[in-house]
Amino acid sequence: MDMNEIKEIFFQECEEQLAELESGLLKLNDGDRDPETVNAVFRAVHSIKGGAGAFGLDDLVSFAHVFETTLDCVRSNRLDPGPEVLKVMLKSADVLADLTNAARDGGSVDEARSRQLIKELEALANGEVPQASAAAPAPVEVVAKPVAAAAPPPVNDEGFQPVAFSFDDFDVAEEPSLMEMPAYEIVFKPKSDLYAKGNEATLLLRDLSRLGEMSIHCDMGALPTLDRLSPESAYFFWKISLKTDQGEDAIRTVFEFAEWDCDLEISLVEGDPAQSGEELPMQPVPFDLSILDDEPAVSVGVVEEEEQLAYQQQDIRNAAVSAAGTASNVLQMAQSAARAPAEKAAPAASAAAQTAAAQQAAASAGTPTIRVDLDRVDRLINLVGELVINQAMLSQSVVENDTNGTSSINMGLEELQQLTREIQDSVMAIRAQPVKPVFQRMSRIVREIADMTGKSVRLITEGENTEVDKTVIDKLAEPLTHMIRNAVDHGLETPEKRLAAGKSAEGTVRLTAKHRSGRIVIELADDGAGINREKVRQKAIDNDLIAADANLSDEEIDNLIFHAGFSTADKISDISGRGVGMDVVKRSIQALGGRINISSKPGHGSVFTMSLPLTLAVLDGMVVTVANQTLVVPLTAIVETLQPEASAIHSFGSNQRLISIRNSFCPLVDVGRILNFRAIQANPVEGVALLVESEGGGQRALMVDAIQGQRQVVIKSLEANYTHVPGIAAATILGDGRVALILDVDAIVAASRGHSLKPEMSLAAAG
Amino acid sequence: MTYAAKNLTTDGRELIAFRVGDQEFCVNIMQVREIRGWTPATSMPHAPSYVLGVINLRGAVLPIVDLSARLGMKPAEPTVRHVIIVAQVKSQVVGLLVDAVSDILTITDDKIQPTPDVISSEFEKSFARGVLAIEGRMICLIELEAIFPQEEREAA
Repeated sequence: MDMNEIKEIFFQECEEQLAELESGLLKLNDGDRDPETVNAVFRAVHSIKGGAGAFGLDDLVSFAHVFETTLDCVRSNRLDPGPEVLKVMLKSADVLADLTNAARDGGSVDEARSRQLIKELEALANGEVPQASAAAPAPVEVVAKPVAAAAPPPVNDEGFQPVAFSFDDFDVAEEPSLMEMPAYEIVFKPKSDLYAKGNEATLLLRDLSRLGEMSIHCDMGALPTLDRLSPESAYFFWKISLKTDQGEDAIRTVFEFAEWDCDLEISLVEGDPAQSGEELPMQPVPFDLSILDDEPAVSVGVVEEEEQLAYQQQDIRNAAVSAAGTASNVLQMAQSAARAPAEKAAPAASAAAQTAAAQQAAASAGTPTIRVDLDRVDRLINLVGELVINQAMLSQSVVENDTNGTSSINMGLEELQQLTREIQDSVMAIRAQPVKPVFQRMSRIVREIADMTGKSVRLITEGENTEVDKTVIDKLAEPLTHMIRNAVDHGLETPEKRLAAGKSAEGTVRLTAKHRSGRIVIELADDGAGINREKVRQKAIDNDLIAADANLSDEEIDNLIFHAGFSTADKISDISGRGVGMDVVKRSIQALGGRINISSKPGHGSVFTMSLPLTLAVLDGMVVTVANQTLVVPLTAIVETLQPEASAIHSFGSNQRLISIRNSFCPLVDVGRILNFRAIQANPVEGVALLVESEGGGQRALMVDAIQGQRQVVIKSLEANYTHVPGIAAATILGDGRVALILDVDAIVAASRGHSLKPEMSLAAAG
Repeated sequence: MTYAAKNLTTDGRELIAFRVGDQEFCVNIMQVREIRGWTPATSMPHAPSYVLGVINLRGAVLPIVDLSARLGMKPAEPTVRHVIIVAQVKSQVVGLLVDAVSDILTITDDKIQPTPDVISSEFEKSFARGVLAIEGRMICLIELEAIFPQEEREAA
């Protein structure tokens, strides 16, 4: 391993440390006063400094050193990490990231900025240090190692002091207290089918226990004598009282997969139904085999026994124990939480809530991982793609040769299909990564723009552990950056205006990621002024985008901001108004196979919703024939397919046709015509209609000639060697080795609304 | 590859010659990836007339350009006897449909005569890089970058 490789590893580690640093600082910013968070932040800077010293990266070392010194003051409780202090620290983290990048890629850093921050950091460390009490904290190494040390400063943790920490703070004020939580009485009576289908009542009960504090009562009254016992029947049922703040839906979700195979009654109990029993660790239900010898029948009623489930405590312990060193504090928290109920101090619900945190910590700290070159993964994915195509080819030729359906070839093929699918899923999973890094980058952008515009902004991120394919994540950063900038610069008002409008001076930008029906949905919401529709409209008229007397719905007006060269900014600022507008955002989202939508409420802010595919590699598609061409329509877009009857087709205006579906009228779109594959519209009665729903709202019936079948297809880029084609999302290769095009349903629907497919192209060329 | 290409320019470079209609053309061999037979292409909506469609090249989607139509001559009617030259143009790979590949020429730069001053349209001027006189034949050296210019594709 040569020096460059070692350096590369150092930079990779730096990235992790920087992420750790930032998330730690943000936690502190949110009021987290956990000493371990401070320690983690300190360690991150310290490690970067150590490594940088080894490589003689002097700029990095000296900045990290000052930063570290200030952080040390926080660590030793001599500096209170208030909002002002954290602001400086967050900026310093940004500069540290810049310095690291500069050291790696040879770029330059805004030196004035780093000098300024060094001053601020030093001021914090020296001047504004609140005097420690008489019983001063143990001496902490503040004075530093030689700055430009050629040898790496020893990276040890000797400097760490155990920090006394009171767990009284953990009375989790924000959690609703146990007494306030609604209690549910649940009767869960499994049928034998439940077990036959491989469900395990214990697991369901355990899931249930995670919702809150629970006590379980198992009724064995129905248990027959041994001679009448059928081993495949279900005799037990459970009465559960559960205190949870998560509502009935959450309880139902637990039984989601079992609801057909059990009798389930859930009722809300007023008052306090079950006294909280003492906390016992989970014990197996005593079942003494000897009774089988002594007594043939289990005496009814005797075995009734109240059992307090304490799974959650166990879980916490397990999770915390498996968490590595960095999570040691979680262990303390968890253990204290586990002890707490006995001390009648903290509700068990908080323990349950901590479980998730502990498990997460365990997941991030405990799972062993390897670093792999993306190239290798890409190669693997390409190969699997080829495998899928070959398998499809094989299936097709088997079908063509008709082996009578029962032969071993067919069985083997079926197994091959399953295996291929599984391999594909697993390979895709390798590339799946949480959106966290992108979201974290956004918090920096928000800080910078808030600084530039003098606005006070709070960024809230949710669902940052939602996983998406790496390629999607990489391409997400750019449009997201742009939208965040817009949200802060255009969306949010100045603090004065906000106060005048009766809002808090601090604006909120909320960034959310979640999975929804096989796609990832990313939402960016601000609580700003919303889109100024009058202004947008006027601008559109000025730009000849719409006629002056055009009658547009609010939604249509909002969507105008996606047009090229459209900016409502009054003046060009550093941030926006440079001609790179939302059209670029829209295009990059579309290039990802995604859709973007706005909803805006004047005075209350705007929400941008992006719906993106989880991966760019495969999709489930409907293979159809249009004008002798084979096309693939993404299955996610199709609502239903139908065979139009002549009586359901109505002419509308000069050349429009509508189809009536359940008493509503839906415009018919001839795909072959709109893609220019044929000159005149086909007769709808001879084809098949695919009812599709586009993100922009509205249904359309796409007319195709015939449906060939449903298939999973490997997406191949058209742009790589050709260019973007309007109406076409990508290409794929079918079983016969020929290329088929994948339809861009949204573009087709938009085209059917009168936006021609071609002019948009020339617009693109102009821009 | 660039290294090799640079070296070749000093002591002669290799060109691959092919026939389109009744004319001969050649391109830098370093840009040619492979030569394969014609397979039916999937046509593209809204494509310019000289783009015949796309084919599958071992998993990659390869656009096919009818060079005859592109150079302003009669559009080809592809048969099994036609040949596709798979060429690298900047970062993209395209297939050029030609009648036949004739030979590989090794020439030095001084053998390349400037394009005669008869060219009428700007368009032809942009792709012809010079002409070669070899054994009584006239071979036109063309620049692939110009055949499939970036802006042209954007607008296509």
